[in-house]
Amino acid sequence: MESHHVEEPTQFDLLRGAKAGNFSAFQQLLNILQPRVYGLAWRILQQQQDAEDATQQTFLAMIEHIADFREESSIATWAMKIASNNALKILRKRRGLNVISLSQIQSEDQYSDVPTPDFIAPWAKPADELAQEAEVQAELDTALSQLDDKYRLVFILRDVEGLSVRETAEALELTESTVKVRLLRARLALRERLTRKFGNALQVVKTTHNHS
Amino acid sequence: MNCEELLKALNDHVDGAELTELCEEFSQHLAGCNPCQIVVDNIRQTISLYRAGEPYEMPAAFQERLQQSLKSRWEEKFGSISTGSSTVGFRETGLDRPSEN
Ligand SMILES: [Zn+2]
Repeated sequence: MESHHVEEPTQFDLLRGAKAGNFSAFQQLLNILQPRVYGLAWRILQQQQDAEDATQQTFLAMIEHIADFREESSIATWAMKIASNNALKILRKRRGLNVISLSQIQSEDQYSDVPTPDFIAPWAKPADELAQEAEVQAELDTALSQLDDKYRLVFILRDVEGLSVRETAEALELTESTVKVRLLRARLALRERLTRKFGNALQVVKTTHNHS
Repeated sequence: MNCEELLKALNDHVDGAELTELCEEFSQHLAGCNPCQIVVDNIRQTISLYRAGEPYEMPAAFQERLQQSLKSRWEEKFGSISTGSSTVGFRETGLDRPSEN
């Protein structure tokens, strides 16, 4: 047990304060969580107004339930789960009733016919260098928006936001094995597209597709 | 392990941009298979790139609306917010309560 004196309150302190009804503590927590919640909503919804609605609904829901938050996960994970739920609701409403339920098991949720990588080449520049380039962000958004919702959501929660497979499964009400298959498909689809864009065309590797 | 099996095992060994807990079969195949090395590296770069992306900036007007709506919901739930600048001095809370009882 350590008892160090720090000026800055920890997230734990802030949570204690918020649970005790201290609005200022809650605001400070939100300042920490806001970029991730808004970013998650934006990535899922790809539209500002909807991202704002999802963000607001998320924080309102947190006020509603903060007293009962049992701290089985970090507050950030809790916020991400609520945010993905709210974003999903908006997405479903937007897509209308003919949208297939995300949690419905589908044939693509098996490993059997996962597509084989086609364009294989090392990237011409490392990711951290590419990230500095203005047009790359637009390319990333486009690539993400062209992914099917069910793959996109899993990729955003697991790989971009860093939730565990289990947390992602809980947030999206999927089984862990469905999360894993969808994550693989998402990763492969994005890899394929981005490698065609950023791969070094002079170092393309040919594979022999002999699946013995 | 062949290339196809390596792909299926990918989730268990690539966590974000990191290669984790390489099992022997996985690393053995990887060591001897250039296409798989490149595919795994491509995927790690893909994830890094998404993680390194610019944070989405919340518009200032929304920020303001948000604060207002949160504040009024908070007041509905917890009662009015004291205007005293109580910037989370929890250790002090209770001390600065007016003792008028
Ligand atoms: Zn291979």
